[in-house]
Amino acid sequence: MIKVTKYVIYDIVRNRVLIAYTLFLFLIASTLFNMEEDPSKAIISLMSIVMIMVPLISIVFATTYFFNSYEFIELLVAQPLKRSTILLGEYIGVALSLSFAFFIGIGIPIILFDATATGFVLILSGILLTLVFISLAFLSSVITRDKAKGIGIALMIWFYFSIIYDALMLALLFTFSDYPLEQAMIPIVALNPIDLGRIIIMLKLDISALMGYTGALFKSFFGNSMGIFYTCCIMFIWIIAPLLYSIKVFNRKNL
Amino acid sequence: MPRLPFLFLIVLLSSHLLRAKTIDVGAAFRFKHPQPAIISAHNGDTVMLHKGIYIVKNLHINKSIVFKGENEPVLDVQMKDFGITITASHVTIEGITIKNSARASMTDYAGIQAMKARHLTLKNNILINTYFGFHLSAIDSSLIENNTLIGSAPDDARSGNGIHLWQCNFVTIRKNKISGHRDGIYFEFARFCHISQNISEKNFRYGLHFMFSDNDTYTNNIFRNNGTGVAVMYTKGIRMEGNIFADNWGSSSYGVLLKDIGNSYITGNTFLNNTTALYLEGSSRIQVVGNTFQNNGWALKLLANCEMDSFIRNKFNGNTFDVSTNGTISLNYFKHNYWDKYTGYDLDRDGVGDIPYRPVSLYASIIEQIPYAVMLLRSFAVDLLDKAEKNIPSLTPDQLKDDSPLMKSPTR
Repeated sequence: MIKVTKYVIYDIVRNRVLIAYTLFLFLIASTLFNMEEDPSKAIISLMSIVMIMVPLISIVFATTYFFNSYEFIELLVAQPLKRSTILLGEYIGVALSLSFAFFIGIGIPIILFDATATGFVLILSGILLTLVFISLAFLSSVITRDKAKGIGIALMIWFYFSIIYDALMLALLFTFSDYPLEQAMIPIVALNPIDLGRIIIMLKLDISALMGYTGALFKSFFGNSMGIFYTCCIMFIWIIAPLLYSIKVFNRKNL
Repeated sequence: MPRLPFLFLIVLLSSHLLRAKTIDVGAAFRFKHPQPAIISAHNGDTVMLHKGIYIVKNLHINKSIVFKGENEPVLDVQMKDFGITITASHVTIEGITIKNSARASMTDYAGIQAMKARHLTLKNNILINTYFGFHLSAIDSSLIENNTLIGSAPDDARSGNGIHLWQCNFVTIRKNKISGHRDGIYFEFARFCHISQNISEKNFRYGLHFMFSDNDTYTNNIFRNNGTGVAVMYTKGIRMEGNIFADNWGSSSYGVLLKDIGNSYITGNTFLNNTTALYLEGSSRIQVVGNTFQNNGWALKLLANCEMDSFIRNKFNGNTFDVSTNGTISLNYFKHNYWDKYTGYDLDRDGVGDIPYRPVSLYASIIEQIPYAVMLLRSFAVDLLDKAEKNIPSLTPDQLKDDSPLMKSPTR
């Protein structure tokens, strides 16, 4: 498995898209920090970018990479290797290199300009989102043989989690605004990794606003150290569940 | 010569002072306890309390004397009664520590209680664990300066106010530190008072709370980290200048809550890290000028029943929401404010943006209706909605806008 991972990392590091992604993140982050006098405002702008770009790039890049290295995977399958090992090796390779790219691009400017708890939570949630969306990318890659279809599914997943889900949630809130939805909101949030990542950052950023109304409830659930722990657990479920399912599909798949 | 009567007055006064004597109280003196000393004193005398701990039970001052402590003497009331009761005018109490007044739900036990008097001076005292700190009723022309009030009430229901004024006029309250009470400063029918440079923090309910207290001035005070901030009601003609309202967190917590306030000025204050910085309900003709709103949840909640309020040259920076309101009509006036979220341009370079800024975002209006939606804050879907609404306002109040927003933050 380590060998597979190693080959994948060698391959990705030379990939121009990944270098461009790293540079793009780095440029945006350092420009924002230089432009805004108040680093916490730069963090807010950065957060909106991270919440949109990181899932998109992660899922599209991982899907494309998977289909591009299809021949390599076919070659590996011909070797005396377990299929789950191959897929896990591929996953870890892609995950490590994309997380590393994110860390260089966003993490280093944050550490340089605003090494606060908010900054570190942003790095943490960015990396977790990267892992979740690579996992979802693998799922979308193994359930179809067609590259265009796979990327289409990946884009749909991204679109669903970043816009449609929130819009649906808003519609739900409007429809049931007469009912006490406080408790129901927490599982609903947990069903979207992007929302989850956003909320743990917001608990650090917009704490004044969140202390009002229902915010206090979120604060009491997500805000303490147990909340961060729960959030990470749910995020890990979001990483592991799609990956396990894609291994299951890949094991039975007729390549 | 205009100075002659003044000099004459000084001579007269000093001759009066020369006749006044000082009565010492302490372990080494004839009077071991302050009460007999006060009984034997005459108007104009000074009762000097020396270092030591004195167990007292409602020390009654009914003469115009100076009651002064040297080296921080302590009056311990042992949770039994009032500390001191003043019923005479021209009384000065200075440098005394009062501890442990009684607590009760029927009587407002206080460290120092004063009633129906004028020209009192309460200076440099320390009140520890008193139920009410200063309880003043029907007092005129007095000074409360440089006192420290440390309450230690167990909870909201069993706590009294720090400085409590009822039916008072022309009282100056300055440089006091108040904490751990129900309301730091509480006024009811206190008029023409001047409150400055006080620090009121960590009180259970309000840092400052007044009702029917017209024409008072509040300058350079700090109100922070109080249970529910500052709430003021049913009053007109107040001035609040250069105060700091900070760190009031909670769903019903406000930097300043104004209810039925009229004809007032709120200028040059700083609102920092509050859930809601300034809340206006039924308040009219208020000038909100040159304030700084920094890192609040809601900088301004302006209810639709407010009219003719002006918001000029304020700085809105780093707030989650700038303004929210509950109606579609707004009869208030915004001009030359600095909004950090303003994205307009300034082609003629006069420092004023060319397109109006609408501080009420669609999302803020949504949250006003569905508080749970707060969790969608900063999500992509909500940002898109806000952008669309900014271009074609349909749901947010159309008139609530700043036609001439500043491009750069005003420096003061």
